[in-house]
Amino acid sequence: MTRYIAARLVLAIPTFLAVLTLVFFVVRVIPGDPAVAALGDYASKEAVEALRERMGLNDPLYVQYFRFLADLARGDLGTSMITGKEISELVRQVLPYTLQLTVSAIIVGSLLGVPIGIYTARNANTGIDYVGRILSLSGLSVPAFYLGILIMLLFAVKLELFPAVGGGDIHDLGDNLRHLFLPALTLGLIMTASVTRLTRSAMLNVLQEDFVRTARAKGLKERVVVMRHALRAALVPIVSIIGIWAANLIADSVLTETVFARPGLGKMLVGAIMQRDYTALQSVMVIYTMFVVGVNLITDIVYSFVDPRITH
Amino acid sequence: MTEATQTWEAPTIQLRSQRQRLWRTFVRNRTALLGLFLMLIVVFTAIFADDWFIAVFEGREARPLLAPHDPLKQDTRNRLAAPSSEHPMGLDSYGRDTLSRVIYGARVSLAVGIASVLIGGVLGALLGLTAGFLGGRVENILMRVTDVLMAFPSLIMGLMVLAVLGGGLLNMILAIGIVLSPTFARVAHGTTLSVKQNQYVEAARSYGAGNLRIAIRHILPNITSELVVLASIWTATAIRVEANLSFIGLGISPPTPAWGSMIRDGTQHLFNAPWVSLFPGLAILITVLAFNLLGDGLRDILDPRMQQ
Repeated sequence: MTRYIAARLVLAIPTFLAVLTLVFFVVRVIPGDPAVAALGDYASKEAVEALRERMGLNDPLYVQYFRFLADLARGDLGTSMITGKEISELVRQVLPYTLQLTVSAIIVGSLLGVPIGIYTARNANTGIDYVGRILSLSGLSVPAFYLGILIMLLFAVKLELFPAVGGGDIHDLGDNLRHLFLPALTLGLIMTASVTRLTRSAMLNVLQEDFVRTARAKGLKERVVVMRHALRAALVPIVSIIGIWAANLIADSVLTETVFARPGLGKMLVGAIMQRDYTALQSVMVIYTMFVVGVNLITDIVYSFVDPRITH
Repeated sequence: MTEATQTWEAPTIQLRSQRQRLWRTFVRNRTALLGLFLMLIVVFTAIFADDWFIAVFEGREARPLLAPHDPLKQDTRNRLAAPSSEHPMGLDSYGRDTLSRVIYGARVSLAVGIASVLIGGVLGALLGLTAGFLGGRVENILMRVTDVLMAFPSLIMGLMVLAVLGGGLLNMILAIGIVLSPTFARVAHGTTLSVKQNQYVEAARSYGAGNLRIAIRHILPNITSELVVLASIWTATAIRVEANLSFIGLGISPPTPAWGSMIRDGTQHLFNAPWVSLFPGLAILITVLAFNLLGDGLRDILDPRMQQ
């Protein structure tokens, strides 16, 4: 097991490097001069030139590339070109909000999706299964921002149960959770849709297997057959979809954060693109891709725990 | 339907009956039918939003046909007016008729959805086919690149490509096409690998067919059904990604009606005029759902395990 995990860790390094390289070059080919973007269109030629020199933009590309990697290795994300603040500091401020949102969405999605999936699989092709299928497909079809708007209109405007916008005070747990509820519900419901679908089809496949028939033939209670025998086998694809969706949720959190005007990486990303803040954009992209590569890695490792055959 | 009738039928008749059976499976698949029905409504709406097909011959500007009003005409005195019999979906912040804009918006969504899937499909199929067919180092490099590209969530990828290309309808189509291509490449690659093993490919090679000929004449036709199912599901994704990007503000520039940007405009007046956002959102939901239902149904039908 340890050897498998070590091998996966080593394998993740080239992927991560490739992704970093891609981000570096994409940011470099974005049209427009970063120095002009920082100083504005009316800046003098000398000022622009001085800033380019100071930012290292006049160095050869490979020098910039290695400096980028070296800075990253030291955890230095540079300073924002627009606000002049340390980017690592900005990230430290907003990261907890994004993590909170993503983790609670995964919890909501798993807690709702797996039981509903099992239930609809056991009642396959009945009316309730039919309704479940249409609902889960709708969940996959609705854009995250639209579901967010609907939930906000219902719970914050009509019922006035929760605050509509903002992230709350991170040090005040009650306030923080009240602001978290609606965005987490939005992302969680979208996650529920795909987890339900996958659990249903995985369970349907497993319930036809011979070992399930054997378990039934032994006279085990249906509950035990489903929960202990079938679910265990169905768990492999379920874990992998939760992993894939965790990566997707990070992207969907961009939209949810925008709708609920909630601080977070997503809002920072959109802001960086809108203001042409190249250093901030590059850093946020790096963090996002780190997340995605990391989530994939964790998924693979969890996978090997659920299904011991994989490590061999 | 019974086993007995099938066993004595001649091969040609069997071929037809197989197609009939597929059709019957499709008609019986209520979710697929519902998807097809909804999709036809959206396509119909997009085509007949105005009378362009008459206007082209008469050499004049197209006039609204299904849409009750001009989607760009501003009634500034009635900005954000609530839904009424004259304007069933109300007016937006510029005093434009929301219903007409929702109807015209179907064009942008469908255009982006279909064109970007075509681009992504052709690009991806080409990549996957080449990789799977040539094998060796080419395959390794191409598929590793695909893996790296797939590590990015589609929205983040779309944001990156649009940041490089800039906004606008064509760039949006190109960006989403690029985002979709790795998925198609992976499926085309996998299917090519399995089709390549077949004897008819070896037979073709034995009578001297070149790589290109084998790829186009023998392998491509055999991987299309997989790609078609994928295309339907990914049209849904493409339309959703377009809406997402437009909502963020990177999409089709105003005043062209696009559902995502309409919702974006509406969010500023969400509390006093929710209809500006609600109706375009409903349109997105229905359209994306239609393609998802259809793709889901098609997959069931083409999946041999489902046809007992």
